[in-house]
Amino acid sequence: MIQFDHVTKRYPERGDALKDLSLRLTAGEMAFLTGHSGAGKSTLLKLIGLIERPTRGQVLVNGRNLGSLPRRLIPYHRREIGMIFQDHRLLPDRTVFDNVALPLVAAGMPRRDIARRVRAALDQVGLLRLERARPLALSSGEQQRVGIARAVVGRPPIILADEPTGNLDPDLSREIFTLFERFHEVGVSLLIATHNLELVEEMSYRTLRLHAGRLVADSGGW
Amino acid sequence: MTASRHRQRRGRRPPPPRSRPQRRRVGLLQGLRGWFEQHRETAHDTLAGLLARPLATGMTVAAIAIALALPAALYLLLTNLEQIGGEWERSAAVSLFLAPEVDEARAAEIAARLRQRADISTVELISRDQGLAEFRAYSGLGGALDQLGGNPLPVVLALYPSAQAQSPAALARLVAALEALPEGDFARLDAQWAQRFRAIVQLLRQAALLLGAMLSLAVLLVIGNTIRLEIENRRTEITIMDLVGATGAFVRRPFLYSGAWYGLLGGVLAWLLVALAGWLLQAPAARLAQLYQSELRIQGLDLQASALLLGGSALLGIVGSWIAVGRHLSQVEPS
Repeated sequence: MIQFDHVTKRYPERGDALKDLSLRLTAGEMAFLTGHSGAGKSTLLKLIGLIERPTRGQVLVNGRNLGSLPRRLIPYHRREIGMIFQDHRLLPDRTVFDNVALPLVAAGMPRRDIARRVRAALDQVGLLRLERARPLALSSGEQQRVGIARAVVGRPPIILADEPTGNLDPDLSREIFTLFERFHEVGVSLLIATHNLELVEEMSYRTLRLHAGRLVADSGGW
Repeated sequence: MTASRHRQRRGRRPPPPRSRPQRRRVGLLQGLRGWFEQHRETAHDTLAGLLARPLATGMTVAAIAIALALPAALYLLLTNLEQIGGEWERSAAVSLFLAPEVDEARAAEIAARLRQRADISTVELISRDQGLAEFRAYSGLGGALDQLGGNPLPVVLALYPSAQAQSPAALARLVAALEALPEGDFARLDAQWAQRFRAIVQLLRQAALLLGAMLSLAVLLVIGNTIRLEIENRRTEITIMDLVGATGAFVRRPFLYSGAWYGLLGGVLAWLLVALAGWLLQAPAARLAQLYQSELRIQGLDLQASALLLGGSALLGIVGSWIAVGRHLSQVEPS
């Protein structure tokens, strides 16, 4: 599903964020990505979502080499990946409904079908009653769940989460991780970058540890 | 999430691997409907967005309108001047005043002879009585005429040169030939100053085109700059759109519609300004026309010119925002 072959990403201003990194995630797998700040977690996720391109090496997603993907096809690639961010990245001037609908609107889906899908996604994260609210009126945990609903509304086969519980207390974090587990159960591949080692150990999924841009520990997979 | 819904979704499997991302996850018809819906919604939403901040929008639209109204007004002025010029050119090109002793029967013979000439298309005979009536009607000297007793006016032949004799040299030759006639008293070339007038109007027309081009460029810059600011203000939104898989076209679309609306609103306001100016000048122009014994009425922008103004302004809006969007949206792509 996701494959890195000797990937190096160098930023001119701060050097190598990833160094000769290789890994493989199979379809439907759920894995955690851990490591200190600056270890390269975010960079790795960005390479999968084609927000960045690698300096060297190959990234394959869904059997497709991202290096040879023409620019105009990038949006279609991103529609197959649900991205979740620590800061939610919600639009404050739109309702919860409109925020979640954004990927479907961008994909050109008719209004009628959008409403059905958005409500289903909001129902999955337990926020159906808040569809008319603005994000700023919501708690941090609720905002993150809106972000998750937006990531899954297009039913992508891959979900990437970058520190999704960074600002949440342990109970809310557990709630979010349980949600991820449910997506995993229905066959979605998930890669979750997190600092929350306690929860990671508790949930016993494959864990990839990065240090200074290298993969230093891999608890499982193959 | 309820347990039953959860079980329902359990059976879903990820789609098989593809070497390229699928361009459409919806059917063609559904996609087409979505596309039209999107355009309608974008057009509506961007207009609503502009109208939601009337002050900022008003200032931009006013700047565009003034820049467009100037060439439009000049165009209108020239159209009206040409109309006057045309009227003058149609009125007798050469007036041949016959000697006082020539009577009307003789004048008719001369007229018939002159009609044979290649450089003359038509000849009109203005009898003494006709001349007197016209003089009485327009000169305001009717009282003085009554004191004279008889009719002092000569017979006049109004000559219209033919198409091949319109050049100044040909007209001068014609005048000389007419004055050489034994029955002729003197010939007056009316067309000459009408032609000069037309040359001036043509010069002004060139100037108007130049001015129009320059002010169109100004409109382009105004709209481009406005759209650039809008892009800066919505940078976060654009980034998020990008991340959820919006195509470049989708991200650009609202800005292009905004630009089109700015242009169109500016065009409508410019049209209204020109119409207002025309309306304000109607009465003084009518007075002036009366003094010159003319039927002239100020003409407003006709359908074609109006369509050109509105269509052109909307197009300027789209082009202006297209330039801004092209320059400022490309920065969100991956590196």
